[in-house]
Amino acid sequence: MLLLLVALMGIGLLVLYSATENDMGTVWRQVVRLGVGIVAMVVLAQLPPNLLRQWAPWVYAAAVGLLIAVAVIGVGEGAQRWLDLGVIRFQPSEAMKLALPVMVAALLAQRPLPPSTADLLICLALIAVPVALIQSQPDLGTSILVGLSGLCILFLAGLRWRVIVGLGGLALAALPVLWYAMHDYQRNRVLTFLDPERDPLGAGWNIIQSKIAVGSGGLGGKGWTQGSQSHLEFLPEPQTDFIFAVLAEEFGFIGVVLVLCLYGLIILRGFHLASRCRDSFGRLLAGSMMFMFFVYLIVNVGMVSGLLPVVGVPLPLISYGGTSAATLLAGLGLVMGLHSRRRFMG
Amino acid sequence: MAKSSTRRLRDEASEQRLTQNRFQFLIVVVVMALFALGGRFAYLQLGAHEQYAARADENRIRLRALPPNRGLILDRQGRVLAENRPAYRLVVVPERTRGLSETIDQLSTLIPISESERERFEVQRRRSRPFESVILKSSLSEDEVARLAIERHHIDGVEIEPYLQRHYPYGDALAHVVGYVGRIDQRDLERLDPDRYRAATHVGKTGIERHFEARLHGYPGLERVETNAQGRVLRLLERRPPQPGKDLTLTIDIELQRSAIEILGDQAGAIVMLDIDTGESLALVSHPGFDPNAFVHGIAQEDYNALLGNPSRPLFNRFLFGGYEPGSTIKPFLALAGLEYGLITPETRIFSSGSYRLPGHDREYRDWRREGHGWVDLELALAESANVYFYQLAVELGIDRISRELALFGFGRETGLDLPGEGQGVLPTRSWKRARFGQPWYPGETVITGIGQGFTVVTPLQLAHATAALAGRGWTAAPSLVGPGEQVRMVAHDDWIWEAVFLGMAAVTHGPTGTARGVADLVETRIAGKTGTAQVFGRSDDIEDADQREQDELPVHLRNHALFIGFAPLDAPTIALSVVVEHGGGGASVAAPVAAELIARAQALGY
Repeated sequence: MLLLLVALMGIGLLVLYSATENDMGTVWRQVVRLGVGIVAMVVLAQLPPNLLRQWAPWVYAAAVGLLIAVAVIGVGEGAQRWLDLGVIRFQPSEAMKLALPVMVAALLAQRPLPPSTADLLICLALIAVPVALIQSQPDLGTSILVGLSGLCILFLAGLRWRVIVGLGGLALAALPVLWYAMHDYQRNRVLTFLDPERDPLGAGWNIIQSKIAVGSGGLGGKGWTQGSQSHLEFLPEPQTDFIFAVLAEEFGFIGVVLVLCLYGLIILRGFHLASRCRDSFGRLLAGSMMFMFFVYLIVNVGMVSGLLPVVGVPLPLISYGGTSAATLLAGLGLVMGLHSRRRFMG
Repeated sequence: MAKSSTRRLRDEASEQRLTQNRFQFLIVVVVMALFALGGRFAYLQLGAHEQYAARADENRIRLRALPPNRGLILDRQGRVLAENRPAYRLVVVPERTRGLSETIDQLSTLIPISESERERFEVQRRRSRPFESVILKSSLSEDEVARLAIERHHIDGVEIEPYLQRHYPYGDALAHVVGYVGRIDQRDLERLDPDRYRAATHVGKTGIERHFEARLHGYPGLERVETNAQGRVLRLLERRPPQPGKDLTLTIDIELQRSAIEILGDQAGAIVMLDIDTGESLALVSHPGFDPNAFVHGIAQEDYNALLGNPSRPLFNRFLFGGYEPGSTIKPFLALAGLEYGLITPETRIFSSGSYRLPGHDREYRDWRREGHGWVDLELALAESANVYFYQLAVELGIDRISRELALFGFGRETGLDLPGEGQGVLPTRSWKRARFGQPWYPGETVITGIGQGFTVVTPLQLAHATAALAGRGWTAAPSLVGPGEQVRMVAHDDWIWEAVFLGMAAVTHGPTGTARGVADLVETRIAGKTGTAQVFGRSDDIEDADQREQDELPVHLRNHALFIGFAPLDAPTIALSVVVEHGGGGASVAAPVAAELIARAQALGY
């Protein structure tokens, strides 16, 4: 597992070097962040799961409190997403990505599975509060991801298919309501996704340029640091959200398949570890963590290849940026910790 | 399943089985999703690769046309008449501004931007893409450049761009010869080769600039450059340098040209001086002129209206298009025909009583000198410009023979000078009159044709060309602006015929009773000439050179045009000229001194 992660991060740094116009400074900063993430992963891996279960309500409450604080005193351009703590700027919605699954898993693990209707309603409420808070920042992408992480636990906990189908139907029915509740820029993104050529130099630019970068890569790619789309500034956000397009342009289809295989192996290995946890808390939490890892991957790569709308979701462990990598590594740490301690679970 | 108030019993095994099933389901989802993604990339990178690769190249590679430098125009001594001067212009890249109209408003607080400049900018902007720069104001002054340079960094999407601007150092002295270049407009676009004018902003509009456009313009170069998304050039991939236009040396002597203008002073008129052997134009003056530099970057409407409304018509090219009655300057040509057809000899004497009547007609055609000239032979008739002599000669020749002789000297058709749209004048013939008026030719019209009145219209250029042919005993070359032409024999007469007429023309300036006696003192060599007066105000026959006092009392715009043709030196002529002074009154008192003074200057310069 660790080997796979290191290989993936290694490739990520390679691509980042190219995407930053050969700026070693940025690459070193990312190395440091990944290092911090790995430390967090190792520390969390040592955390006794019982302690985690006991703290769950407090962690959850704290995260919700931070989200409320963001709404009141937060900072950010356009959207209020950050808390300025003087030393570092911190995005509480990231913490919620861990806090919510922990809370839901802790709650459900106390009850027999599959969950009862009452438990289901409590869980849905627990999920709805942070989702609503994050959506109001506004940050549609993160709010959906956080919501999914909670729903995933419900699914793993054995929610009945007819309830799932019912909830799905409800969600579909809610789409028009959601559309109404969306901010203009969010609606724009959806429209642009449906027809990028609507505004090729404006909103559609990102999707079009990303597809050109990917498509022009061909089978073997243009070679490391040779991508014209990324190096001539046609590709937006080449170091963060669209870093996969840089990879696809410079290393071609072969590089894409290789990296997707690495991701696939990490996810399958993660599911394997999760399913072998002794207690249901571990299984639910670890499963959710791995599922979210998968969702990140799908949303980001789907966006880069024009299959999904542009949502600000970074590519796991490769995109430049500290918070996301730290969260993911911390989540993976939880998975490892939960797995390695299974034998001590009663 | 019944609900109990107590907790249901936990069944660890079945819970694990349940979760296990769900994991298996998720694994299937993950694998399918990854294959779907793989399929998507296979489509983009393998299936549609060529299409996207082409679009990536389209993105980064841009073709830039490089404008060729326009050829210089020089005078015969190598002095620069039209050059390309470094200048600065203000360009705006609409895409990079923070609000286009705000940016322009902001700029207009720094430098004046006229309404027409804004309009032109707007037209150009609509034709170009948002990342392409559009000219807002050309030919910035040093002061404007300085002011913009300070503020430019606060204004996005604005640049000061160096370029070469056509400049005419001699301004209005040559406006009607060299012409000017102007912005390419819709009409130009229709006739110009788009490939050759890809990077061009200007094209020759009038004069030499227009006539020799193909030679002066050159061929554009091409650059294939790699640009980033903002359109900034990063790398030159390939460069084919532009081929500059060829320089053009004119036959004009700018010093002589300026002398001619100086001699004319504030009088409107035209002067053409030709080299008799080669047809080279040494001076081509239409005065007043205008400043061609004003047209290069677009003349303001009010300035243009002022030029159009100016009563002395500075925009009108008099030597090329101006149609004037030749007046008495036609007499030497009639004399040649009379001698050729044996109707007169140099010794033939005619009594000039002061008026002439056609046999059987009452109408009296008067001489400009009321009391007449007494007995005159050809020499005296030319020297004193005796009308009766030429009334009678014209009637004896008849209009057909007159037209034939005048046609030989090039009247009534273009001379072939290298300028666009030359005027043809009018050479009256029977057939011309029938076509024009549907009437037969009347004998009375032949009478007044004898003194250059009636239908005959000549341009100053035709007049000078005919004079050159006369001075060259029938031999001269077509007027040219770009080097010597080939000598041709336009008219064939015996030497004694030419000499008889030369004798009379010399007496005009040197004889004791010549109409232009006195001007010969201005010139070191002997000169020959003929004065003429073209009527503006409708009197039929009683005007001539000495009638100056009466002319002085008329308002300027009703005064007659003063004409003079001449050549020098008398014994071996090298230069011929025509002078028209509009509303000058009499040719003798006004045009002849101008001509003599200019001949003196030309001789001082060695022509």
